[in-house]
Amino acid sequence: MKTTRLNANHKKLGAKMIEFFGWDMPVEYKGIIDEHLAVRTAAGLFDVSHMGEILITGKEALPFVQHLTPNDASRLALNHAQYTALTTPQGTFVDDMLVYCLDLGKYLLVVNAANTDKDYQWVISHLAGFNVKAENLSDSYSQLALQGPKAAEILRPLTDVRLDEMKSFWAAWGKVAGIDTLVSRTGYTGEDGFEIYTTASNPGVIWDAILESGRSLGIQPIGLGARDTLRLEAKLMLYGNDIDDKTTILEADLKWIVKFKKGAFLGSDVLLKQSEGGIRRKIVGFELLDRGIARPHYPVFVGGEKVAEVRSGTFAPYLKKSIGLVYLPIEKTEIGTEFEIGIRDKKVRARVIPTPFYKRKY
Amino acid sequence: MYPQNFFYTKDHEWVQVKGDQALVGITEFAQKQLGDVVYVELPAVGTQLDMHQTIGSIESVKAVSEVFSPISGEVADVNSELNNSPELVNQDPHGKGWILRLKVKNKADVNSLMKATEYEKFLEGLEH
Repeated sequence: MKTTRLNANHKKLGAKMIEFFGWDMPVEYKGIIDEHLAVRTAAGLFDVSHMGEILITGKEALPFVQHLTPNDASRLALNHAQYTALTTPQGTFVDDMLVYCLDLGKYLLVVNAANTDKDYQWVISHLAGFNVKAENLSDSYSQLALQGPKAAEILRPLTDVRLDEMKSFWAAWGKVAGIDTLVSRTGYTGEDGFEIYTTASNPGVIWDAILESGRSLGIQPIGLGARDTLRLEAKLMLYGNDIDDKTTILEADLKWIVKFKKGAFLGSDVLLKQSEGGIRRKIVGFELLDRGIARPHYPVFVGGEKVAEVRSGTFAPYLKKSIGLVYLPIEKTEIGTEFEIGIRDKKVRARVIPTPFYKRKY
Repeated sequence: MYPQNFFYTKDHEWVQVKGDQALVGITEFAQKQLGDVVYVELPAVGTQLDMHQTIGSIESVKAVSEVFSPISGEVADVNSELNNSPELVNQDPHGKGWILRLKVKNKADVNSLMKATEYEKFLEGLEH
């Protein structure tokens, strides 16, 4: 199994470790509910070094990135990031990701751990005709995420980066705990927070410094278990569950990352047709009306007929109710529509509700 | 760690016999595996259970686990505290986190179950 450079830190904290797509990762420390609530009320620190980093450099880096993604990367200023995707010619997902503009002709793609190799192969298979170079730098990067209402307060004393001037989706180079990093105001929890990238060999120094700085403010180390419940409350997509190569970007309710005006990109013709003709199904959020937890792959029934399977589902620790995501036929996607989910031998009532399920109030 | 007067199953349930009644729950090992318990599905009082028959299920944030009856009997009482405080299963799995009380049908059922030391050895074996 692969390990991040913070593996010993997790074990020292008594983390319960699991294998995650070939990586030895912490799934929980104190417990999923405790960790989830810590991020919502104070702060949490995540090791996300397993994620992938692909660097695109060259004269035609921008046109290359524009060709492979639906969002408009030409709108990115220096040290600016956007949420986007690698699309198939069918307008479906190879992966979802962040793109950072690090310089003229230099873009960093930050991709899901589960898809890093696939995404890199995808990128290099499309290089022909573009004056660019693509490098898979995932092994040299460590990445930490500090998320929560107290994140800025905790990070401020440790860095020369001017956090107060950093808006959401912007980044800056600087030192954290004396180590060179790229800090961005991004995250996967629905809270304010920062993602910290470094190629230094000792990211444990940053890990320890942040935990120490935040100790009196209630910071906790957070595992993959709470990472999933947090992102689901915030209705952030998880590749493999909510999006994949069979779901189009429009069906995934991500129309806002599709910028047809920028010009053609892989899958734009299919998406344009779909946007004109109307989508037949759409992902929606639901809550359960009876006791239970809806989990991925549980059957979903409308009018007694199975129409889909739950994509993501859990008991939301902050909202204290069972929520989930499912693709329903478009005529059934109105808020308030009731349907049923098969949970073992019972049919449990559910209702379409607005998303995100949770939105921070600051 | 594991009460000496309980009997244990390979599925990590425990049973404590008191006369012709028995308390049933899941073990410390099981609650740790499950993580934060959120719902406990309890059977109705009066339900007849065979040995190894499904009692119900325990839902944690990340998984659902079926609970099997360690011995045969009739459900005399369920721990309704678990409806409001399912975390009792995590906090005190051998005590306040008990799941149900059975009227014992066949006292000899416990003879095929493990005693505390055997269960502890069984757990050690699982770690390899």
